Amino acid sequence: MNANRRILPGLRTGFLYLLLLAFLTPFLLIIMNSFKTTQQFFESPLSLPTTINFKNYASAFDNMDFMQGFMNSLIITGISVTIIIIFSAMTGYLFVRYKWKVNSFFFFLMLASMALPFQVLMIPMVMLYGNMGLLNTKLTLLFMYLGFGVPFGVFTFHGFIKGIPYELEESAFIEGSTTLRTFFSIVLPLLKPVFVTLLVLDVLWIWNDYLLPSLVLLSPDQKTLPLSTYTFFSSYSVDYAPLMAGLIMTIIPVLIIYLFLQKQIIKGITEGALK
Amino acid sequence: MNKKLSLKNAGTFLVFGGPSIFAFAAVVIIPFIVGLYLTFTNWDVRTGDSSLIGFSNYLEVFRDKVFLQQLWFTLKYVFFTVVIANVFAFFIALALTRGGRGEQWLRTGFFTPNLVGGIVLGYLWQTLFSQVLPYLGNKYGWELFQTSWLTNTGTAFWALIIATAWQLIGYLMIIYIAGFTGVPNDVLEAASIDGAGRTSVIRRIILPLTVPAIVICIFISLSRSFLTYDINLALTKGGPFNSTELATYHIVQKAFLSNQYGVGQAEAVVLFAVVALIALTQSYLLKKLEVES
Repeated sequence: MNANRRILPGLRTGFLYLLLLAFLTPFLLIIMNSFKTTQQFFESPLSLPTTINFKNYASAFDNMDFMQGFMNSLIITGISVTIIIIFSAMTGYLFVRYKWKVNSFFFFLMLASMALPFQVLMIPMVMLYGNMGLLNTKLTLLFMYLGFGVPFGVFTFHGFIKGIPYELEESAFIEGSTTLRTFFSIVLPLLKPVFVTLLVLDVLWIWNDYLLPSLVLLSPDQKTLPLSTYTFFSSYSVDYAPLMAGLIMTIIPVLIIYLFLQKQIIKGITEGALK
Repeated sequence: MNKKLSLKNAGTFLVFGGPSIFAFAAVVIIPFIVGLYLTFTNWDVRTGDSSLIGFSNYLEVFRDKVFLQQLWFTLKYVFFTVVIANVFAFFIALALTRGGRGEQWLRTGFFTPNLVGGIVLGYLWQTLFSQVLPYLGNKYGWELFQTSWLTNTGTAFWALIIATAWQLIGYLMIIYIAGFTGVPNDVLEAASIDGAGRTSVIRRIILPLTVPAIVICIFISLSRSFLTYDINLALTKGGPFNSTELATYHIVQKAFLSNQYGVGQAEAVVLFAVVALIALTQSYLLKKLEVES
């Protein structure tokens, strides 16, 4: 019995690591084979590569225009996440502190819209923005991400700001601070935990999004990373070795962020979902 | 603080609410209204013609055998994905909430598929299904894997489910872990002192106390799998012979490739109604099982 108690947890952990290994086999197989030639991959996809050469990576890097896709993704994700967070924090504050009828009306609309799937909006959106000639620019895409990201952002900040005592701001107002200044110097610093949650969820969403950019960004030089992955794969569907290298390269940027932020990411998901 | 909105403080409203409300209205509210209107017209992108045609787009949706088939295909796909992903996530989460060693690393590991977007995920599994598994099948004589799963409708269906569930498991696991951490320790201790076995603890204590987490997980997996687009695009491209087109994929094809915007939009509205109905029913039914600890 006593011996069991000591051995069992060890066994369980061992079993869980094995399970994880099986779970991650798809990644491992792709990494292993990205160093082989396509011929070697066909002959023995399960063997370890005999040499580590980065030829596949170099050719995928050039063929899929990796740098351009990466830069576009970086710009789009960086800017849209920043504006979503700042503007939703301000609007969340407005909705909590000022009980005007317009405010509760818009707050209600935003809450309701969160149940709306993107598919109901995509056709009229493309139609409207296409008619106005606004498609095919990053600016339109940024604006759209702001519009889609705002409801969840406002909702999250709203819940948090409600818990902040008003006295802090009140004393600032008495000393003659403007609303804007009070918000930026007193309220904003208190919102840091919510920032991280939203940052994580929005980065994962926008960085990996395919459908919306595919409808808005039409010219090749605008392509984000998921779009260039798609074009590369659908036009070079025979040569597996560079394809696998291409897949690994698109995963690496997020993986690096993940290794640094894993605790916050997991916390962010929990808080985002349970709200 | 509770003053009315007036000209004097309209500035506050515009500065704090202006940008987000404007973007929200322009991207969500207006397209939603225009979208509803669109389902009653025969709008044609090439000629620019548009006139009201009543409900005939909706009639078209229900007369379109292909769409109905694909809706049914989508429902089956959603059902199996939701069940498989939730069962695995639940048990993995259970194994990872005991405070054992290396738990943090294991959680991190199981979550990694979520870092990857649907396109990359689809191509990753496409490589496995079309090359690696047939290699194994031929080498060891396993009939199940000898031909690529993606060339046959029945097996391509399961390939789609495996790829989607693989990603969802890690995400749902995190939420289940959060739910389990909320189960009070004294309740669990009391149960084990009373001599309750592991299975009855799960069934009688953990399950009822984590109903809120279950509701959220099922809701998330439902809406995510109903709207699957990029995994479908990268993994099977709807093939063989359009037999694995999920509803969203079909709508995109209908609207943007065959230019039938009105019908496509009507299909989107029907899909939305189906998702909303199922999601509301499940959370209503499950909420009834909720208990206080």
